[in-house]
Amino acid sequence: MKHLLSINDLSKAEAISILDTAQELARASDGPMKKLPTLRGRTIVNLFAEDSTRTRISFEAAAKRLSADVINFSSKGSSISKGESLKDTAQTLQAMGADAVIIRHSASGAAQRLADSKWMSGSVINAGDGTHEHPSQALLDAFTIRKHLSKGANDLTGLRVAIVGDVLHSRVARSNVLLLSNLGAQVVLVAPPTLLPVGVQSWPCQISYDLDEVIASVDAIMMLRIQLERMSEMYFPNAREYSRYFGLNSDRIRAMKAEAIVMHPGPMNRGLEITADAADGARSVIVEQVANGVSIRMAILYLLLAGNQEIAENGVSS
Amino acid sequence: MKKGNYLLTGLTLPNGDKSDIAISHGKITEIAANLSAADGFVNVDLAGSIALPGLVDLHTHLREPGKEDAETVLSGSMAAAKGGFVAVSAMANTSPVADTAGVVEQVFALGQSAGFADVFPIGAVTQGLKGENLAEIGAMADSRARVRVFSDDGSCVFDPLVMRRALEYVKKFDGVIAQHAQDPRLTQGAQMNEGEISSRLGLKGWPAVAEEAIIARDILLADHVQSRLHICHLTTAGGVEIIRWAKARGINVTAEVTPHHLLLTDETALSYDPIFKVNPPLRTQKDVEALREGLADGTIDIVATDHAPHPAEAKECEWQEAAFGMLGLESALSIVNQTMVATGLMNWESVADRMSYAPAKIARYGEHGKALTVGAIANITLINPSQIYRVDRDLVASRSRNTPFHGMDLQGAVTATFFRGLPTFLDGKLTSVHKSTSESVGN
Repeated sequence: MKHLLSINDLSKAEAISILDTAQELARASDGPMKKLPTLRGRTIVNLFAEDSTRTRISFEAAAKRLSADVINFSSKGSSISKGESLKDTAQTLQAMGADAVIIRHSASGAAQRLADSKWMSGSVINAGDGTHEHPSQALLDAFTIRKHLSKGANDLTGLRVAIVGDVLHSRVARSNVLLLSNLGAQVVLVAPPTLLPVGVQSWPCQISYDLDEVIASVDAIMMLRIQLERMSEMYFPNAREYSRYFGLNSDRIRAMKAEAIVMHPGPMNRGLEITADAADGARSVIVEQVANGVSIRMAILYLLLAGNQEIAENGVSS
Repeated sequence: MKKGNYLLTGLTLPNGDKSDIAISHGKITEIAANLSAADGFVNVDLAGSIALPGLVDLHTHLREPGKEDAETVLSGSMAAAKGGFVAVSAMANTSPVADTAGVVEQVFALGQSAGFADVFPIGAVTQGLKGENLAEIGAMADSRARVRVFSDDGSCVFDPLVMRRALEYVKKFDGVIAQHAQDPRLTQGAQMNEGEISSRLGLKGWPAVAEEAIIARDILLADHVQSRLHICHLTTAGGVEIIRWAKARGINVTAEVTPHHLLLTDETALSYDPIFKVNPPLRTQKDVEALREGLADGTIDIVATDHAPHPAEAKECEWQEAAFGMLGLESALSIVNQTMVATGLMNWESVADRMSYAPAKIARYGEHGKALTVGAIANITLINPSQIYRVDRDLVASRSRNTPFHGMDLQGAVTATFFRGLPTFLDGKLTSVHKSTSESVGN
């Protein structure tokens, strides 16, 4: 595997191997020395052509814990803001010897364009492309669900996961539907019909317009961010009505199964898709998702760039 | 050798008859089997080729004036000749827009001086293609360019009142409005056909209804004011149904389909390669089949290329940043052969109709679209339908390289094009009719 562009790039076995590797790396990071020497001397570029805090920092932390050299390249104050094309940016990074480029971009398919073009030869990792995919987020979500709910199984067979909200514009939803279903979970998308894409019937999941009908049956619920600009685009009448039908509040929290967990990829709109007590309550694993994100991204970098080396062989750096 | 005398041998006529054709001084002088070359005739062996009346394209973007880095009238007419066309229709979305007599006369004159094909300008329907006020339609019709086809192509004439007025106004000189049917509200930011593929790719969808709703509305308007409506680049099965309904009711509507919509589907977008990004978008296999059927049964009147050259940087980028459009002139006849003739859906008589007679008739290009008969102007397109070739974007005559067919093997190669009795394309060489024969052939 050279690139990670879409969850479709991963077989079930490969996905499980990323989760297993992340688990091992998390254990290693819990030791006295957080840093592994695995990617010493390798150059990783964080190419963030769209604003992001947690994903960029998460990848940066992951790369640094593997001892890679990290170059951050974000749109603000860079040549991208001066109108430089993706092609020219890629060729520049290639000339500087990037072994891998982690790309976040507002255009769907930007990561694949980078990987398929002859503009650069390094690995490409999709850190979110437009409304297409966000594979590392789905992997960290699967990792979190597995840790809490799989009862020792290495996949998610038998679990039911609801993804609630703006599916139409969500790369997190697209990647999660593909990954969670591939890992054996049953996924149900819950949204107003306006926020489900035409063609969603072909996805490997169920569809519901009614959160209350679904809430008691799920093992995990993933709330998606509602972007404020959707208000003016008539996807729903107003924020209040959206919250009433699709927001996660304490009544709905109470209706959930005893062991069920609450997830959110962040950043949250508290009071819109999720209330504060739902976000901060006992079921919430939202902060843990962030921590797991670093382990998953370490695993991705490790598997793409260090190939088949055993983690144990590398040991913990001194 | 004397300029302008040619004996084309080894041909098959559209009706299937084997024949030779003699050309002299711009006219067809003889059509019969086993002609022998008289003195001063150049013998051109075209064994295996079908002879068609010279092709006429009703939808061409030549980019001049304004975007000469993408195409010029000269380079575009060379691409036309290479593709077997003897007449093309230059769309109005240039810079400045072809919304005045001055611009259309300029484009017309550039075509005449290029000498590879007749270049007939299409006039804008509205000033600046803005959809608000009518352009100088009468002045363009009366100009030396004698414009009869008006279109805001690239933009839809969305305001129903403006569309009604335009349809009425062109009745004065038997003109036609060619509508780019695209509801702008339903396609804001749209990137590709709305369906399963767009849902997976996260590219904003372009619903079929955005096209079909405008087609239906304009058919009713054209019927109401008894004028002529032409629907550009039809892409949906639903659109074909609506046109079929309208024709059954006797409404004066014609429609075109592009070669790329006859061959490609929205699955090409899975590559995220914007070489496949086009307006209107590539649709599904079901739509492709409906379009082929519609073209075969005459519901769709013509094939038009929507040849849309773009410079490299407009396609070497992210899908959503890329320009809409693809090259079409040089590959059009091959694709029609491959999708319609080789599949048994259409014969060569029908190809002659859809690509020569009918477009010339719709646009009122009086000298074009005539059957191959003795005395007719020698506009002739020759195609070897069994010759397979691989498309190479580096070898196109167009100034741009944005062909979606790069690397594909296409069946049916244009072997020669005669424009007013002179070979604009022969033996792989392009020659302007303004250059002498000795310069071109065999140099």
